Amino acid sequence: MVEEAKVVLLGSGFSMFGMRAKIALAEKGIKYEYMEEDLANKSPLLQEMNPIHKKIPVLIHHGRPICESLIIVEYIDMVWPNNSPLLPSDPYHKAQARFWADFVDLKVYHASRRVWISKGDEQEVAKKDFLESLKQLEEFLGDKPYFGGDTFGFVDVALIPFYCWFYSYETFGNFKVEAECPKLISWAKRCMQRESVSETLADEKEVYEGILDYKDKFMLN
Amino acid sequence: MSGMAGAGAEAEAEAEVKLLGFWSSPFVHRVIWALKLKGISYEYIEVERYNKSDLLLRSNPVYKKVPVLIHQGNPISESLIILQYIDETWPHNPLLPPDNHHRALARFWIHFGENSIACITDLFLRPCKEEQERASAKKKAEESIRVMEEQCLGDKKFFGGNNITMVDIVYGCLSHWLEGLEEIVGMKLIEPNKFPRLHMWIQNFKQVPVIKENLPDYGKLLLHLQSRTQEYVT
Repeated sequence: MVEEAKVVLLGSGFSMFGMRAKIALAEKGIKYEYMEEDLANKSPLLQEMNPIHKKIPVLIHHGRPICESLIIVEYIDMVWPNNSPLLPSDPYHKAQARFWADFVDLKVYHASRRVWISKGDEQEVAKKDFLESLKQLEEFLGDKPYFGGDTFGFVDVALIPFYCWFYSYETFGNFKVEAECPKLISWAKRCMQRESVSETLADEKEVYEGILDYKDKFMLN
Repeated sequence: MSGMAGAGAEAEAEAEVKLLGFWSSPFVHRVIWALKLKGISYEYIEVERYNKSDLLLRSNPVYKKVPVLIHQGNPISESLIILQYIDETWPHNPLLPPDNHHRALARFWIHFGENSIACITDLFLRPCKEEQERASAKKKAEESIRVMEEQCLGDKKFFGGNNITMVDIVYGCLSHWLEGLEEIVGMKLIEPNKFPRLHMWIQNFKQVPVIKENLPDYGKLLLHLQSRTQEYVT
């Protein structure tokens, strides 16, 4: 039974989407209960709270679920606006932040997945797409310390969880992100100095081992 | 600045807001409906689909697509982001609920709708070559529509309740455009006996004055969609 005012987060393993919610909650200093889901054996709570997709992350607040990681981060930002605002207040910069966060989902995520799942020519195309998407983000970053400008913001939260997966992409794909996008790696290391990020991101070697297990399990090798 | 004639002020207001669009695009129409519902004057600039203007390429270098809203010289791309921008910049006649939870729920359904619409559109414009794959894709599309009907719409007249909101605007292409594709391909997806509530929603949606007065000509649209269905084959 979930108490009304309690904040609960359902997440799983090395999901970068779950990490986004954790980072946002940590930035705001919100106490919450984290529940690890076994996606091979989904809990009744997950099935009740996200009946449409049965996916994590799910944030449960006042007993009601909020699904989809970027929607969750925006919700957190609106409900607790006083600490560490993540979205800019003016509509234009807010629109830009949403645009680039969506870009991470549309372009970075799908290309990155193809990098570790595919082989040969398909993998080469995936690598090219992945690096191209990171370069576009790097261009938007420019000389700013964060995507949010002087402060850590929405796009930073959207992208930084991928950093702990870079080692895996690089190992499977035989390339180095830093060689192509040095500014992005500087940005990532800057983010890692924030407790909300360093405490949340998974160990990159553990992520790699996790992917190897997954590939073995589903005979993707 | 003070004492400016009404017509002059309106012209200036119109020049402040520009919309780059393509006449047949349902995504562009989302933006038109939102602007009209809020009574915002704007200058519409038609962009050629296969000969994209410098203005478009400069305003949306990432995706090079319409719609693009240009407000006070600032370009905003992606229809869902534009809709939220419009709602936040001109907060009267709000298109999203005021409370955080219902707003997050509306966003969830918008996201769900967007993904479902992509699958549904592919069914008509990019059909799978294998019969079995086509059947499987159709089943998946029908499942999404079932969810829309039962979980999102339920017993309400519109997704937003008694009046249309951003969710209805996003799902708007299931009317008119989907109807056109169904006619051309000869495959009815939203059958009245299978999905009575959604079918009713389509009729109600098209009767909303702002929507009714801002739909592309159906005959012209059919011709355009016909050529779109043939694009993938060739």
